[in-house]
Amino acid sequence: MADKRNEKNKIEPWRDPHAKPYIQIDNITKKFGDFVAVNNVSLKIYQGEIFCLLGGSGCGKSTLLRMLAGFETPTAGGITLDGQDMAGIPPYERPVNMMFQSYALFPHMTVEKNVAFGLEQEGLTKAEIAARVSDMLERVKLGQFARRKPHQLSGGQRQRVALARSLVKRPKLLLLDEPLGALDRKLREHTQFELINIQEDLGVTFIVVTHDQEEAMTLASRIAVMNRGEIVQIGTPTEIYEFPTTKFVADFIGSVNMFEGRLIEDLPDRVRIQSGELGGVIFVDHGISSAPGITVWAAIRPEKIDIQRTPPADARENCVRGVVTEIAYMGDMSVYLVRIDSGKVVRVTLPNIERLSDDERIQWDETVYLSWHPGSPVIVTQ
Amino acid sequence: MKKYLTFPNFMLAVGLLFLYIPIFSMVLYSFNNSRLVTVWDHANSPTLKWYAELFRNRAMLEAAWLSIRVAAMSASAAVVLGTLAGLVLARFGPFRGRALLQGLTTAPLVMPEVITGLSMLLLFVSLESVLAAFGIRFGRGILTITLAHITFTMAYVTVIVQSRLATFDDSLEEAALDLGARPAKVFFRITLPLIMPAILSGWLLAFTLSWDDVVVTQFVSGPGYNTLPMVVFSSVRRGVNPSVNALATLMVLVVAAGVVVSAVFMKRAEKKRERETRLAEAGL
Amino acid sequence: MSTRGTALDKPPGSGRVGPLWELFFRFGPPRWSEYIRRNWAGQRLVIAVPYLWLIVFFLVPFLIVLKISFAEFEPFGTPPYAPILRWLEDGAVQVKLLFGSYSYLLHEPLYVSAWLYSIKVALVSTLLCLLLAYPMAYAIARSSPTRRNVLLMLVILPFWTSFLLRVYAWIGLLKNDGVINNVLQWLGIIDEPVVMMNTSLAVYIGIVYSYLPFMILPLYANLEKHDLTLLEAAQDLGAGPVRSFLRITLPLSVPGVIAGSLLVFIPAVGEYVIPSLLGSSDQLMIAGLLSDEFNLNHDWPRACAVAIAMLLLLVGPMMIYQHFQNRELKVGRR
Repeated sequence: MADKRNEKNKIEPWRDPHAKPYIQIDNITKKFGDFVAVNNVSLKIYQGEIFCLLGGSGCGKSTLLRMLAGFETPTAGGITLDGQDMAGIPPYERPVNMMFQSYALFPHMTVEKNVAFGLEQEGLTKAEIAARVSDMLERVKLGQFARRKPHQLSGGQRQRVALARSLVKRPKLLLLDEPLGALDRKLREHTQFELINIQEDLGVTFIVVTHDQEEAMTLASRIAVMNRGEIVQIGTPTEIYEFPTTKFVADFIGSVNMFEGRLIEDLPDRVRIQSGELGGVIFVDHGISSAPGITVWAAIRPEKIDIQRTPPADARENCVRGVVTEIAYMGDMSVYLVRIDSGKVVRVTLPNIERLSDDERIQWDETVYLSWHPGSPVIVTQ
Repeated sequence: MKKYLTFPNFMLAVGLLFLYIPIFSMVLYSFNNSRLVTVWDHANSPTLKWYAELFRNRAMLEAAWLSIRVAAMSASAAVVLGTLAGLVLARFGPFRGRALLQGLTTAPLVMPEVITGLSMLLLFVSLESVLAAFGIRFGRGILTITLAHITFTMAYVTVIVQSRLATFDDSLEEAALDLGARPAKVFFRITLPLIMPAILSGWLLAFTLSWDDVVVTQFVSGPGYNTLPMVVFSSVRRGVNPSVNALATLMVLVVAAGVVVSAVFMKRAEKKRERETRLAEAGL
Repeated sequence: MSTRGTALDKPPGSGRVGPLWELFFRFGPPRWSEYIRRNWAGQRLVIAVPYLWLIVFFLVPFLIVLKISFAEFEPFGTPPYAPILRWLEDGAVQVKLLFGSYSYLLHEPLYVSAWLYSIKVALVSTLLCLLLAYPMAYAIARSSPTRRNVLLMLVILPFWTSFLLRVYAWIGLLKNDGVINNVLQWLGIIDEPVVMMNTSLAVYIGIVYSYLPFMILPLYANLEKHDLTLLEAAQDLGAGPVRSFLRITLPLSVPGVIAGSLLVFIPAVGEYVIPSLLGSSDQLMIAGLLSDEFNLNHDWPRACAVAIAMLLLLVGPMMIYQHFQNRELKVGRR
């Protein structure tokens, strides 16, 4: 039992109260004049994590990243890396490296020289540098392109050079700024897994900044969702997706249907919500902690809603009737937009498990019944 | 065809003619045998005799040599100072006295030359009397001309470098800092190589301005030190002179050749680069 | 204070220089180390070099000119002015500032007419230059990219050949027996040569000719950035080409017009070579007067007063120009 728990703690060090964080961000604030870009953010990041800062533009994630790299000085608060306070230490003296969104490859140097650049400051011999460089280039599968210049490479190759260049210094922390943004879809998927493999091989701690939730969900061991300079929720991808703590997070990740309502029954193991938006009652099979009578929102993911032509057996709760207004066929699944009696439009996705004929499939303007399992809704109070 | 006959295009043609006719006429009349320059001597023209006379004119040749030396030295120094100033203004944050530096570096661009010339002459005169008190003889000559030229040409280099740095992608510099290079190393290994074309054009501009200057030079030079523009100026004040036409033609040839050669070079380099980029994107 | 200590434990640049710095930082006085550490980045040095040069060779000379402008003219002295500061026997200092030179400048008819003439010449030349340069810049901005580069090269090429020689070229064209008169007489348009040399007209032509690239380039830089879809939208809404030019292109090009005009006007006021070669010796521009005062009359105080007065006249336009210049260039990172 204890063994199993220790195993789990190693993979999920944040659950262990005795674990020492590798990177500690304490009450960091950054102001530009009157504008507060980062507002009192605190984070504990553990060694070997791929930690993701996720948020829309202007949420402060890039500013936070730059403070970690040393390009901005915090207005208040401090950053500690592996026990060392980073205050006043310029970027060229930090054991931190950054992979820029534009890759920032030096256009007048070959791939080799680009990758070797960072090692020149470390007092290694020429032979050592050459060895480390060729080893890293092999690792990112660019060995034969060593003599080329950046403009002679494709986008994906340039990204790998940027990665090699930052990793060859074996930094304690690697910061990645929108690493997959410039790649096309197929390449993106492939690169995502490559990044994870490299990270596991080398054991470097990654902090990734992105606005793309798919990227975050695939790469991250933990995600911190940011909005307007503040951290809104921190958790594993599963936790963020299945158990969002606020409307913002629920809406930001994936799609969600929100039903506003009032608590009418609040017990330790179940809850009932009267929702005008739904036009009915939502029954949830777990308890929530909140004050009685307040307004809450029930967030139900589209894939967790069942859509049928006939009403379910028990149609009193967790059920609603509506008319199909839009269908989007995506190949692997279909998205249905259903207008329910209250006027609200609910989004439902169904995997296309079987090949159905047109008659069998649900069509536009059909009257349908939506229902879900009592465990599916997540209740958020803000 | 109709769409080319617009008013702006017409004025463009007129303007270009306006710009080039004087140059062509100068070149044409350099081959005219007549000493009256603009009265074409049909019997004996075209001739190269004025070119020969140009090369026999010792005063002119010495002046030309002086001008070249001064221009090369002052352009080189101006490029160093101007690049530093451009770097400071484009990259360094606010510091005390920044506004003054900005003003000092760009004022020479529009300052009338008589003012710069007079003021620098008076500086050298004061310097002369101060040094004489210590028993050091300080005469005006090649040094003072060079110092003056450096001062007013560095403004042009500063503007060129500053605007080049403004469009420079500073994520390259940040990447270099991030990889452990100190700011000095970043400047010499990353920034400088990439702004080199701008610096070179700054050098050429400073060279041309120095080579061509007459007003400031007249003020600050000393007896016996005549630059080419000084010689030409005093000569043409008295009227036209066919040797000057010959000189002008030579200069036009040199400049035109330089421009054509550099244009060809740049075009070729650009084509090569485009080809390589296309090949890379195609996955080769 | 203790956190500072941790940062200092790691000397800047681990590597070859490291050990010496390590010793210094570990055993040296903390305040010194911080000071040197902050300045050692060399930023101060980089700022200082061009700054000092400009102060010594640009600013100080102006102060000297200012000082001499208040001095008393001594026709046969070397230098030809009396010192301003005088040490008297009892150790006191006498400062003698004369404003005579300045009042002379403002009252003497020769000077007044020179001031007015210089400004008039500069204004007219700037206007003519603008009228020619604007359509040229417009035509270049609207051509295809390849043609644009060729055209720009053609405009800039004359600039690289000698300014002096190009002004000289106009002597050959404008003389009574010059090219233009020869051609006109040959065509039978005129019988007697038209007098063009040593007139104000020649000066206008000379200035417009020499400064044309300085007017074209800022205009071009501005016009090139215009969004052409704005014009299309205007025409779609019923405005003809002339109207859309006047209401859209022209207002948007004002910064370029101002920059180019100042770039021509300010140096034109103080132009010396062109009026000297092409202008009449009866009507001098202010730079010519300065030269005469200095070189012929050896009246240094008065020459300096002229220079200062010119500066004062032009400082306003110069500052406007700098303001526009700075808007184009980034002001620098934090």
